[in-house]
Amino acid sequence: MTLFLEQMLNGVQFGVMLFLLAAGLTLIFGIMGVINLAHGSIYMIGAYAGTWVAAETGSFWLGIPAALAAAAVTGAAIEFLVVRRLYGRDHLDQVLATFALILIFNQTITILFGRQPLFVSMPDVLGGSVELLPGLVYPVYRIAIIAVGLLVALGLYLLINKTRIGMLVRAGSTNREMVRALGVDIRLLYTLVFGLGALLAGLAGFMAGPILAVQVGMGEQILITTFVVVVIGGVGSIRGAFFASLILGVVDTGLRAYLPGLLRQVMVGPEADALGAGISSMGIYLLMAIVLLIRPKGLFIRNS
Amino acid sequence: MEKTLKRPVLLAGVLIALIALPTVADTTGYAALTSLATRVLIYGIAAASLNFVLGYGGMVSFGHAAFFGIGGYVVGILYQHYSLGEPLFGFIPGTNQLLITIPVALVVSGLMAALIGALSLRTGGVQFIMITLAFAQMLFFLFVSLKTYGGDDGLIIRRANELPGLNMRDKQTVYYVCLAITVAFFFILWRIVNSRFGNVIVGLRQSEKRMAAIGLPAYRYKLMAFVISGMGCGLAGALMANFLRYASPDMIHWTKSGELMVMVILGGVGTLFGPLLGAAVFIVLESILASWTENWQLGLGLILLFVVLYTQGGVQGLGSRLLGRRA
Repeated sequence: MTLFLEQMLNGVQFGVMLFLLAAGLTLIFGIMGVINLAHGSIYMIGAYAGTWVAAETGSFWLGIPAALAAAAVTGAAIEFLVVRRLYGRDHLDQVLATFALILIFNQTITILFGRQPLFVSMPDVLGGSVELLPGLVYPVYRIAIIAVGLLVALGLYLLINKTRIGMLVRAGSTNREMVRALGVDIRLLYTLVFGLGALLAGLAGFMAGPILAVQVGMGEQILITTFVVVVIGGVGSIRGAFFASLILGVVDTGLRAYLPGLLRQVMVGPEADALGAGISSMGIYLLMAIVLLIRPKGLFIRNS
Repeated sequence: MEKTLKRPVLLAGVLIALIALPTVADTTGYAALTSLATRVLIYGIAAASLNFVLGYGGMVSFGHAAFFGIGGYVVGILYQHYSLGEPLFGFIPGTNQLLITIPVALVVSGLMAALIGALSLRTGGVQFIMITLAFAQMLFFLFVSLKTYGGDDGLIIRRANELPGLNMRDKQTVYYVCLAITVAFFFILWRIVNSRFGNVIVGLRQSEKRMAAIGLPAYRYKLMAFVISGMGCGLAGALMANFLRYASPDMIHWTKSGELMVMVILGGVGTLFGPLLGAAVFIVLESILASWTENWQLGLGLILLFVVLYTQGGVQGLGSRLLGRRA
């Protein structure tokens, strides 16, 4: 039972990481109509910048502003130099231009930092474990990630639902043309949304540092999963992205934890492990295919 | 009048150059050129197939590497069962005959395209891009986890498939086989594009509503186009497995789908021979940049970015625009 709870917590932790990425991506999708494959690169850049600064200065905490700043600057540069020219182009051009950005960023990072993954140790405060329930010991760092993720979700909820900017964002994702026609400076709104998305991606990247290896290609791995989240949740819906992230996080972690064991009941050990790992990786895509077949626009978009 | 004459002459010229290529390569000492050209032809087939749905039909599939990989694995799996002497599923004997593996690759990739297409085409826009990507990823992870067929490491095919009367161990022979298949493929594609069916597909890109209003079943036409396109990619995959004597999950990786799209856009979306040109540009560029520096992806990324942002119509469009300006 405690093992099960621990896996669920791991799932939630993976889920909130996905949410930090998906929130930005779904807004960029929904409001600007741009498919941004380079979102994963921003995540990677946040991770590299934060980890590098943390390693050089010896302070984990200094890594946070570094990661955020690097991600925001990169995001603003991408928006200003590339994405701005892609509004209104068809999806094919967007996919290819941002695919080109992935190649450029990956190679630049390889030139700067080499192929060896970077590591960062977590600060002492977050290093230990606590006993959440009798018998359930869980690392503080992962709890911190969950807390940050939930705080960001709450902050975004307030921003989107209670402020003027949020109102424009909601309006923009429902009807872009109308917002523009009402005299709103849509360019500024675009840049803000893109910057916010980049900031969250950078934060996610840095937080992933101590758990995963910081290496070239880390962005693409999580990017595709994030796309699955966005599509399942419904393009443009933050609420959808939140619930879809948690569902996917838990489903993915659960499959990885339990499927090989189940298969071992009917197959030989190593083969069961390999097949189990394969099917677990397929799980989220299968889920997405099923969701799209039932609700082609995603779970949290009302079909009109 | 001039235009109608120009094209056949140009095509004949290119064909003669391609036939002469291995001899020229040998006499000038650049024997590697033949291998390079073989890869161009194979990727040209795959890119042109993708272009049929993407350029003509307006369906942006981000998962066409799936069919490429299936074609490759059909050859690989049939060869493995042939060399081990155990039939697949207990009743399908393996084989190393190209005349059998190619049709099987076509059928299997066509069936998979029918299945994936039937489900994916119920959505559109961004969702279509993502669901095709999702299916390709599923296949990728499936083949990664199939330890029987090499898993992560892929499947080594010790000898290329045999073709009666030809020595397929000779790189030049493989090149000519690929060239013959490429010519046949583009002839068929040309006939399809210019048929009534091809016109309907283009019409669907321009306005699905209008086509539906005429009374055409849009979904069925799109699915048919998707299947044809998948079969083309399967054919290319089967040839590639024979050429490299290797089939691996890399053939299905999403970056491969991306590369195929890059070839299409480099050569010009929605043109018959554009993708072949795009494949040539991509592969030559890749080899040149890779021989210069190990950071060739940086150069490739910058060039791709430039092409997407500043040229409409890829290399062909760029060429004609530059020429047009000069004149």
